[in-house]
Amino acid sequence: MSESYENDGQAHEQYITEVLAQYPEKFAKRRKKHLAVAKAVEAAPEAPVGEEGPLLTECDVKSNIKSIPGVMTIRGCAYAGSKGVVWGPVKDMVHISHGPVGCGQYSWSQRRNYYVGTTGVDAFGTMQITSDFQEKDIVFGGDKKLDKVIDEIEQMFPLNGGISVQSECPIGLIGDDIEAVSRRKGKEIGKTIVPVRCEGFRGVSQSLGHHIANDAIRDWVLDKSAEADWEAGPYDVNIVGDYNIGGDAWASRRLLEEMGLRICGNWSGDATLAEMERAPKAKLNLIHCYRSMNYICRHMEEKYGIPWMEYNFFGPSQIAASLRKIAKHFGPEIEAKAEEVIAKYKPLVDGILEKYGPRLKGKKVMLYVGGLRPRHVMTAYEDLGMEIAGTGYEFAHNDDYQRTGHYAKPGTLIYDDVTGYELEKFVEKIRPDLVGSGIKEKYPVQKMGIPFRQMHSWDYSGPYHGYDGFAIFARDMDLAINNPVWDLFDAPWTDGGELLAAAE
Amino acid sequence: MPQSAEKILDHGPLFREPEYQEMFARKKACDGAASFDATALQGEYTKGWEYREKNFAREALVINPAKACQPLGAVFAAAGFEKTMSFVHGSQGCAAYFRSHLSRHFKEPCTAVSSSMTEDAAVFGGLNNMIDGLANCYSLYQPKMIAVSTTCMAEVIGDDLHGFIGNAKAKGSVPEDFDVPFAHTPSFVGSHIDGYDNSIRGILEHFWKDSPTVAGSSETINIVPGFDGFCVGNNRELARILGLMGVSYTFIGDAADQFDTPSDGEYRMYDGGTTIDELKAAKGAKATVALQHWNSRKTLDYAASVGQETASFHYPLGIRATDELLMKVSALSGKAIPEALRLERGRLVDAMADSQAYLHGKRYAIFGDPDFVQAMARFILETGGEPVHCLSTNGGKEWAEDMQKLFDGSPFGKDCKAHEHKDLWHLRSLLFTEPVDFVVGNSHGKYLERDTKTPLIRLTFPIFDRHHHHRFPVIGYQGGLRVLTTLLDKMFDKLDAETNISGETDISFDLTR
Repeated sequence: MSESYENDGQAHEQYITEVLAQYPEKFAKRRKKHLAVAKAVEAAPEAPVGEEGPLLTECDVKSNIKSIPGVMTIRGCAYAGSKGVVWGPVKDMVHISHGPVGCGQYSWSQRRNYYVGTTGVDAFGTMQITSDFQEKDIVFGGDKKLDKVIDEIEQMFPLNGGISVQSECPIGLIGDDIEAVSRRKGKEIGKTIVPVRCEGFRGVSQSLGHHIANDAIRDWVLDKSAEADWEAGPYDVNIVGDYNIGGDAWASRRLLEEMGLRICGNWSGDATLAEMERAPKAKLNLIHCYRSMNYICRHMEEKYGIPWMEYNFFGPSQIAASLRKIAKHFGPEIEAKAEEVIAKYKPLVDGILEKYGPRLKGKKVMLYVGGLRPRHVMTAYEDLGMEIAGTGYEFAHNDDYQRTGHYAKPGTLIYDDVTGYELEKFVEKIRPDLVGSGIKEKYPVQKMGIPFRQMHSWDYSGPYHGYDGFAIFARDMDLAINNPVWDLFDAPWTDGGELLAAAE
Repeated sequence: MPQSAEKILDHGPLFREPEYQEMFARKKACDGAASFDATALQGEYTKGWEYREKNFAREALVINPAKACQPLGAVFAAAGFEKTMSFVHGSQGCAAYFRSHLSRHFKEPCTAVSSSMTEDAAVFGGLNNMIDGLANCYSLYQPKMIAVSTTCMAEVIGDDLHGFIGNAKAKGSVPEDFDVPFAHTPSFVGSHIDGYDNSIRGILEHFWKDSPTVAGSSETINIVPGFDGFCVGNNRELARILGLMGVSYTFIGDAADQFDTPSDGEYRMYDGGTTIDELKAAKGAKATVALQHWNSRKTLDYAASVGQETASFHYPLGIRATDELLMKVSALSGKAIPEALRLERGRLVDAMADSQAYLHGKRYAIFGDPDFVQAMARFILETGGEPVHCLSTNGGKEWAEDMQKLFDGSPFGKDCKAHEHKDLWHLRSLLFTEPVDFVVGNSHGKYLERDTKTPLIRLTFPIFDRHHHHRFPVIGYQGGLRVLTTLLDKMFDKLDAETNISGETDISFDLTR
């Protein structure tokens, strides 16, 4: 649907040079490796087309490296990756923010992982449960406190399906043995208790927290899969790496069910522990957020022989391509149904494109998000006729930047672990029509008079996945860009910021 | 098909469509979680006295606390000074959290850098992170001052800020004479209000320690506002009041402009705030006045130690609390309280008299930082209401004693109780077992409103789900008028909602109230 376009790579190279000039020399050198302009690749006609379509550009930059101190990185920490992303959405478990009060307080209800349940009774997603460490816990260790916290959780929330212990920084520094406590208490209460070593100082970003959280699922949850009460069916799949932000996973699940698949488990938006335990009984793992959950897919492939497949439910081109790819795995019957699903939603898609396409065509977008969306949402914008001028990740790895080459057009500005300074300068120079990033970036960008949408939380909207979500996505981008407020910035008695001379 | 291009449904209505409801039912049937019956039974049980007793017997578990950690307060404090960058020494995720948290409340940019310490720094200490971090911060963001605070990681490993900063200066990270005040702000001690206090004290010590200026050499009064999510409205209101009185004053940190920059095409990373010159001169002030006592204890001790007179208040909201502030400022400055303020006072009293019938005897629960709860309880008593459950997660024993004195001083306080170090799960039990008419607090109270159906009035930090309230003052007589109107609006909306079914409940759907 999108037309081919190219960005002004030369100008973008120039912007990179300009921002680097502001750094002390040593750090200019280090930052240089994280900034690049996507270069066109000459695809040989016979070159095999990868899972994500042909390679368009090379977007390689250094990534997954420590942030430089003092630069205002936008990244978070391992705790954010584990409690905030992977574990937090498992709704029938109580997740203890183990340590001081802050981490749990700031992340409380902020990811918008929707779920169905009675909060505080059989679901605990939008609660802040903490061991609230005091000085004595640091000095004498917190294991005894954790023991008591678990007892009190059982008293307060007897219907919990299990407990996870999300470590904050001090836990690893004071030598607490949360594994021993978890094992002992788990036996005592007869429930799964998962210790997670996601202290914030581990690794360089949220990313290691995802990995540690995946390993904890492997070690403390999947070992119970043999006993799981689930009669396996031929079309059972797991949705992996969909956190149901604003209901994303539901908009996705609907499409998969419509094409005849059965969802065994949803990881981890709106998930229950039981759904996770039975995951190894599925026939295929469908992974949306590759960055945060590829580890467990690889493990299930190795241990249980379950294949996995990446898919993309942002925007109609990718949704259709993904539905076909998934259906192909299951054979003609499902393939035929997938075609029916695509056809059923075609009028909706046509209606959306007809309504919003003319209002959004040719608008330039800059993105800076986590580990998946900086590439995954590109085609959704392009479906609406919009163009991506720049994109970057907070915590991507090498393989993410390689995958980005299947999406990014030549000349696209690429920025890894961008600093507040760089992003501000890039936005100022490029002056895109829309920036999609996080809450910390939202207000500076809007002050410049540039429309903005939060692309972590969907700016309190969503879902953006699936066909139902695409309608909301298109509407949201339109309302951001075409709101009249952007024309009110200049006071009429000033001229380009300079006050006009007083009338004579 | 629920969605259409003509009428695009948001998540609320979208998920109430039958396609989704049926899907939820299919999922529930096999999700392995508690049954509907078990959930209903337990849900009822949590509403009773027995559950309340177990709930109050908790010793270790904290559920939905109404407090944050120290460095958040330090980042807020630093935002009150001219061109000052917050530097959070420790893990980088903390800085991201503080920035997000403050941005979500103020709907404004919030800056802070981190020294991004990782495993190696945990072993060897964060000295190199400090050296590189200060250098980068200085060259990229060109601040006039860098205010350093710490995360619990740096505190647990025992990093020495004083030594580290000296070392970084020796290595040329920032010029020798560049101001880098610091404060240790361990998150496992106290809360954000203590982090605020430590940070302000650290900044004052930095500028006053070796200064020859003598306290009392000027007529100026220092104002320490405390951690205040309504600083935008409140600081400007207080400045107006002090201007009317003709008092010479210096805010020790004023984040009003920093958290309220205009949209005119330019992003101002820094705006407003107390200047370094003002800070230096502030040592000569004759007095330092703290608007929030529990936020400022260490700062007041320090001000007293340099020879200044000190006074403190509990967030001067309502009639008598504002009276006391004005009279104290008048006594300290020798400036009379002008007629204009007496008229403002009279207008607020007039408004309270007009509406008294609707607020008399109303029962409230209040939660938040200790000074706010104290202020709000006092104002509610002035309206003839009863602040039945007053709860503060970061309020201590002394605070509870102060609260009891407040209750004892009013006939409307006889059934009221202060709950120190308690959380919002405790409050949930209180609301179920001893219901009230309204809850006053912050956005986190919306879960209490959902569960107990007690209407929530958002009047303190953090407010995430309503916009711009913080841009209006709640202190002083003008602020009192706003608080009064906010209480009344909620009360009248509730009254209308209870009487708006045509032919059923609308007998009392009065046009004039």
